[in-house]
Amino acid sequence: MTSLASCLLLSALLFAIGLAGALMRRNAILVLIGIELMLNAANLNFIAFWRYGPNPEALTGMIFVIFSIGVAAAEAAVGLALIISLYRHTRTANMDEVNSMRG
Amino acid sequence: MLFTIFAILTVVGAVAAMSLRNLVHSVLALTLAFAGLAVVYLQLGAQFIGFAQILVYVGAVAILIVFAILLTREAAATPRSILVGSWKGSGVVVLAVFGILAWAIHHSAAYRKAMPPQPEATMQQIGNALMLRFALPLEIVGLLLTAALIGAVTIALQDKQETR
Repeated sequence: MTSLASCLLLSALLFAIGLAGALMRRNAILVLIGIELMLNAANLNFIAFWRYGPNPEALTGMIFVIFSIGVAAAEAAVGLALIISLYRHTRTANMDEVNSMRG
Repeated sequence: MLFTIFAILTVVGAVAAMSLRNLVHSVLALTLAFAGLAVVYLQLGAQFIGFAQILVYVGAVAILIVFAILLTREAAATPRSILVGSWKGSGVVVLAVFGILAWAIHHSAAYRKAMPPQPEATMQQIGNALMLRFALPLEIVGLLLTAALIGAVTIALQDKQETR
């Protein structure tokens, strides 16, 4: 009984959880994990619309998810490198204390 | 029924990943969420994406995050709150986003959509599409990954060379 609406609701829920983590957690790594969850929610939407869409044999939704996973992997690598660099500078991964650019 | 079980598993994993205090525990919960999502992909008939999800996210990204956590471990365990100072406003934004999304899904035609028959998506078709129709995007993603990995190494090494 997998319906399109239940897939979309699961995706919206995952997106909201990821957004909550990205906006509300203090640790920078948790912020990155939240962004990964939001990307996964978007991927689930692509797959659901590919499955229920009018022209699944063109495979466009699937190919889009493959590229999206590649871009997300690049984003995770660069983001974690930035966090490690930030930690070397400030000895913390705490988003509240990284405020040297605050006006 | 199976979809419901794995959807609940995914959501529980995601909530635990975002709410646990110990970062290593939260990565374990994140792995659970990614694995549950991979099973959902398999149920939707996207075998290749499901296995790619397990390989890339459960395999690579989770390990990468564990490494980053171990490298940036704070000296003293902070007894303070795990949330940022402005978490109430953020919570309102999150609730508003989810409310709008749920409202839009509820009022769309998604409920009346019947499940179409299983589409054909063999490895051969995916390979043909990637190598013929989407060859240029594939090359660009390869270039992007190379640039991102070189950039990540450069960013993470920079500080070390300065202090040497």
